[in-house]
Amino acid sequence: MTIAISIFLLLGLFFFTVGVIGILRFPDFYSRLHAAGKSDSLAAVLVVIAVALYNLQDFSVGNLLVSIKILLIAVFIYVASPTATHAITKTALVIGVIPWSKGDKKS
Amino acid sequence: MKTKVTTFIIMLIFWTIMSGMFDAFHYSLGILSCALVAFFSSDLLFPDEGKPWIKELFGMICYLPYLMWQIILANLQVTYIVLHPRMLEKIDPHLFRFETSLKRPISKVAMAQSITLTPGTITVNIHDNQIAVYALTKEAAAGLPGEMERQVAKALEID
Repeated sequence: MTIAISIFLLLGLFFFTVGVIGILRFPDFYSRLHAAGKSDSLAAVLVVIAVALYNLQDFSVGNLLVSIKILLIAVFIYVASPTATHAITKTALVIGVIPWSKGDKKS
Repeated sequence: MKTKVTTFIIMLIFWTIMSGMFDAFHYSLGILSCALVAFFSSDLLFPDEGKPWIKELFGMICYLPYLMWQIILANLQVTYIVLHPRMLEKIDPHLFRFETSLKRPISKVAMAQSITLTPGTITVNIHDNQIAVYALTKEAAAGLPGEMERQVAKALEID
């Protein structure tokens, strides 16, 4: 059980780290959004699963309910994160942030 | 009437999960509030048109594993690009549009959310049948609409 929890947690942290590196390395606003919004979709869910499993280690009805609540956070992330990413991207396009295209220098 | 009872049952399950208290006082409060919500706003949860909701739920549950798999695949792809030493040669950000054949608003929303959830692509706008997508790489853009649209159509469209 501890091993499974550690694996989920470490995988989640790995994808979060990749997200952060992505934010630092990508050349412009839009591609940074890709990196930022993406670590949510897999990494956050892996971490949430790990926390829910950790909470289930000594099993009882109360702990089960808490674990279900923790998993509901993942459902919320899945609805809210794409909506936020979409809103930010659309606003940026409307106010005219210029996208980086191939061949430009890194800004 | 049937929709009101269904709403009530769903609300009660949700309330039980959220509260975690099973004594008579708290539970009667829960039943009371669930009944009130079900009475006043069951038409929000089950609008009249559309597929029978049980089929819709079933379609969504069948769709989720496919979506998860796509997210994992695409995440690995983006991870590869991010960690690549010559990252700037790998990426080619561009905006493109495609026509979708999806009809119902809810399936368009599901499609847009799925596109944004899978790394490498962000839905920028939906206008009538046109979906504008901002893609990070050529490969990420090549897969759209394709398979994902078929899966969404299978899950949520009325045939």
